[in-house]
Amino acid sequence: MSEQNIIRWEQDADGIVVLTLDDPTQSANTMNAAYLRSMGETVARLVKEKESIKGVVITSAKKSFFAGGDLKDLIKVRKDEATRIFEWGQQLKGQLRTLETLGRPVVAAINGAALGGGLEIALATHHRIVADVKGAVLGLPEVTLGLLPGGGGVVRITRMLGIADGLMKVLLTGQQYRPKEAKEVGLVHEVVDSVEALLPAAKAWVKANPTAVQPWDVKGYKIPGGTPASPSLAANLPAFPANLRKQLKGANMPAPRAIMAAAVEGTQVDVDTAFTIESRYFTELVTGQVAKNMTQAFFFDMQHIKAGGSRPKGFPPQTTKKVGVLGAGMMGAGIAYVCAKAGIDVVLKDVSLEAAERGKAYSAKLLEKAVSKGKSTPEKAQALLGKIKTTTSAADLAGCDLVIEAVFESVAVKHQVFQEIEDVVLPDAVLASNTSTLPITSLAAGVKRPADFIGLHFFSPVDKMPLLEIIAGKQTRDATLAKAVDLAQQIGKTPIVVNDSRGFFTSRVIATFLNEAIAMVGEGLAPASIEQAGMQAGYPAAPLSLMDELTLTLPRKIREETKAATLAAGKPWAEHGADAVIDALVDTHGRKGRSTGGGFYDYADGKRTGLWTGLQKHFTKAGTGIPFEDMKDRMLFAEALETVKCLDEGVLRSVQDANIGSILGIGFPAWTGGVVQFINGYEGPTGAGPRGFVTRARQLAERYGKHFSPPDSVVQKAEKGELIG
Amino acid sequence: MSQEAFVYDAVRTPRGKGKKGALHGIKPVSLLVGLVDAIKRRNPTLDPKRIDDMILGVVSPVGDQGADIARTAVLAAGLPVTTGGVQVNRFCASGLTAVNMAAMQVRSGFEELVLAGGVESMSRVPMGADGGAWAMDPATNYDTYFVPQGVSADLIATMEGFTREDVDSYAVRSQQRAAKAWAEGYFKRSVVPVLDPSGVLVLDRDEHMRPESTVASLGSLNASFAMVGEAGGFDAVALQRYHHVERINHVHTPANSSGIVDGAAMVLIGSERIGKELGLTPRARIVAAATSGSDPTIMLTGPTPATRKLLALAGLTAKDIDLFELNEAFASVVLKYQRDLEIPGERLNVNGGAIAMGHPLGATGAMILGTVVDELERRKARRAVVTLCVGGGMGVATLVERI
Repeated sequence: MSEQNIIRWEQDADGIVVLTLDDPTQSANTMNAAYLRSMGETVARLVKEKESIKGVVITSAKKSFFAGGDLKDLIKVRKDEATRIFEWGQQLKGQLRTLETLGRPVVAAINGAALGGGLEIALATHHRIVADVKGAVLGLPEVTLGLLPGGGGVVRITRMLGIADGLMKVLLTGQQYRPKEAKEVGLVHEVVDSVEALLPAAKAWVKANPTAVQPWDVKGYKIPGGTPASPSLAANLPAFPANLRKQLKGANMPAPRAIMAAAVEGTQVDVDTAFTIESRYFTELVTGQVAKNMTQAFFFDMQHIKAGGSRPKGFPPQTTKKVGVLGAGMMGAGIAYVCAKAGIDVVLKDVSLEAAERGKAYSAKLLEKAVSKGKSTPEKAQALLGKIKTTTSAADLAGCDLVIEAVFESVAVKHQVFQEIEDVVLPDAVLASNTSTLPITSLAAGVKRPADFIGLHFFSPVDKMPLLEIIAGKQTRDATLAKAVDLAQQIGKTPIVVNDSRGFFTSRVIATFLNEAIAMVGEGLAPASIEQAGMQAGYPAAPLSLMDELTLTLPRKIREETKAATLAAGKPWAEHGADAVIDALVDTHGRKGRSTGGGFYDYADGKRTGLWTGLQKHFTKAGTGIPFEDMKDRMLFAEALETVKCLDEGVLRSVQDANIGSILGIGFPAWTGGVVQFINGYEGPTGAGPRGFVTRARQLAERYGKHFSPPDSVVQKAEKGELIG
Repeated sequence: MSQEAFVYDAVRTPRGKGKKGALHGIKPVSLLVGLVDAIKRRNPTLDPKRIDDMILGVVSPVGDQGADIARTAVLAAGLPVTTGGVQVNRFCASGLTAVNMAAMQVRSGFEELVLAGGVESMSRVPMGADGGAWAMDPATNYDTYFVPQGVSADLIATMEGFTREDVDSYAVRSQQRAAKAWAEGYFKRSVVPVLDPSGVLVLDRDEHMRPESTVASLGSLNASFAMVGEAGGFDAVALQRYHHVERINHVHTPANSSGIVDGAAMVLIGSERIGKELGLTPRARIVAAATSGSDPTIMLTGPTPATRKLLALAGLTAKDIDLFELNEAFASVVLKYQRDLEIPGERLNVNGGAIAMGHPLGATGAMILGTVVDELERRKARRAVVTLCVGGGMGVATLVERI
């Protein structure tokens, strides 16, 4: 091997070897080919020179300790490469196993983030010391990418923490811990204040523990909480997978299942066999489609967006200093909170001071909770509240460089509130609307500076929902867009940028999902099956229960408006199966949704008690059934096909926006990697990729209506064997 | 060449109740030895050397019940070393499968005389003691939608619309019928008292019975599987599989489910020829046997397809059957079977069942086969179907005909 070893070797006078991970080709170390080769050589040398070595310290020259698996490689792995991947995993773990059984103390000096493979390397040492510095987090987030820690992470975590704690605290949640928390959980042994303090502490430990071995290599070691052979664990073990199923709601998520299986099976055999079992499950996941989907969305697409992929180029970053929020209802109150939390001065205006104060009280309530949970301090809370000024006077908006309105959904009302303030705020202030339904271009017509007008569609509850859908009107200029994207970053939201259209991207697409579910009620299918189909398709909320939350009158209003606009444009209007069901519930049965006391469900004392029995009586037809897979696919395909139309019409500007927006904004199932990745990564009885998708869509069109006919654009991609994007 | 398989004798122990019950201190192998002794005593002309094999059902074949308890019982009972022994496990139908296998061995002509039965000392070897991938291996458990049987029984009740009152009423009927059968001595011919080595009586009656039960008194009990269904996640699993069901109505309690007891049963099966040779009197013949699978999550609906398969094999319909004996694993199982096959109540489980008297898992199949042979004789009736629902989603059924 002529290539350079990326692990620096320095032996001090005491005979302690310091190994410094430093891949010259990357800003962070990853488990790439260079790592594998270098670690192999390094471990071989340690074995060879063991007699002259007193101990080993592993650290990194990068800002982070080690970034983990090389996702660029992993996402490309084909199904027929299973043997190669399995052997790769075995080799990687073999090296680390040699390290931990070297017969010399080995310490990890963790100088920054150690996630995934990074933590796995550290777990193969006898002692882990972490510097409590900015960016230092520890965890095994593989599950969030549809993978499992295949570098020994499942086996070692399970042996260290036990099956239950290992799964719940680390493996199934992918939770990332700050150094002090990591010590409490048991991931590390020592926390030091600075990177400089790491090496002395590590060397001191080496000298004090010359005979260090891993706990599981000590004869008689008992895994905390026991193994399936222990009666206490055996009694509860059958419920582990059941609770996992309950938690996943039956969605297509192979990683948690594989992790649980590898963890439990691994405790029944010796460490080396456990590693082999882990490699087998790892290989199964890496070669499967779901890991690719999730890696695409949650790593690559997310990275693209976070790096400003949807932001117009050529504009210097801008910081929003003072925000005016018009309307202190639920949305306005939430927007005020997230802005103030980011250190922005907020003026919260409503028609009465009382209403504005009510909006501010929402922040006070959230902060109270945060303080009681120890996530904030009374001082910080007070400072944050101090940033929100309530008012009824337009004059108080003087100096605002960005205004967001969140008033009643009426073009006239919105025009009016902007007219009150547009001459008060800074002359180049961004004018934004939080509307979820009204076309931005029509709202922009009411202001003097339509080029500065933009849609900022927040999702409810604002403090929890991570997405911000930014809508460019016909006249919105790029500088305005750039500032909006910067604001998203400033307040910690993930921005997607779309062009103006009725319902934009998210509202327009989610409506097709809900409509499909509601249409099935009208077709006489069992409502419980429809809800299960939604959940087992992977949606976080069952469609009919979600509809109740959104109210049934809202989609009807939107439908009426859309219908009028469509007919006015001289285009034909197609009735949907959902229409008659919604009309009947609203008009005949007076069931408009949860806020009105009932919709598809009954409610008592604010709690959902069960599906309204009237559905059974008025709609459900005994003996009516369609394949359950069709029920799931009708929801998924309806959204995917609408997304294709959004791409065709230029409403969507990028595939990344579509994928991330659909997952974060409207609950499109995470396992799909987003609504476009669902098409690109489609796997079904009709085939794979866009071709399989198109065939399946045609099948659904034949069975359930023309709205499933795939648009020409995706048909052409399928025929050419290309992906969307 | 095919020959008939006759039932020459059928015996059982009384059923002991739990750790405070009379049989907790009696080893399972001792229960079996007592039954072998009884068969020898009741059939003085039976030459033990002619017994080819002993087939025993055990559901948790570990500990006291491990290591091929059939061969162990042969040796402990002082049967000739030439008699074989094999233990089988088809969960709750193990005892009936043992009988069916014995009948198959005889009908095939490979063997002439076989002891078949089963044993389960549930107070000594608890359910689940043998582990197994189905419940204990996460991947298998996950992929097969494993739920405990009680959740399955409640799912059946939910889907069939059986109310708590329906299942409790059935339980009361079981208690009343069992009490009457004991009072009238219907079980006298089969039940062999358990004695200690000195001949001191340990138990001579079924301990589990609660004849004073009423629908009102049973109604106060908490549902047994509501908690495990909710906190254990099993309701969610069942509902994912049976998606048209919105929620599970938990109706089963200890009082309308089979009792957890200790007991054993044994049946002597042989060919016509050996009966004549040894001077044994045939009591019934095994006409046909059938096994069928059903969905493992609802799990307990197997008796219906097994019975249909059995009747088709025998060229009969349900109307041709005088008595049905379906193990009372849970009340909903019996009520569903009765509805599926349109069986009049007066032909089904006429002397009560496991809800009143208990269900010693591996033994029950052989036990209720003996019960129904007794009852056919008492009624001078002709045909009976014996069947059990089985874990993992199976059903086993056997057609017996009185001679």
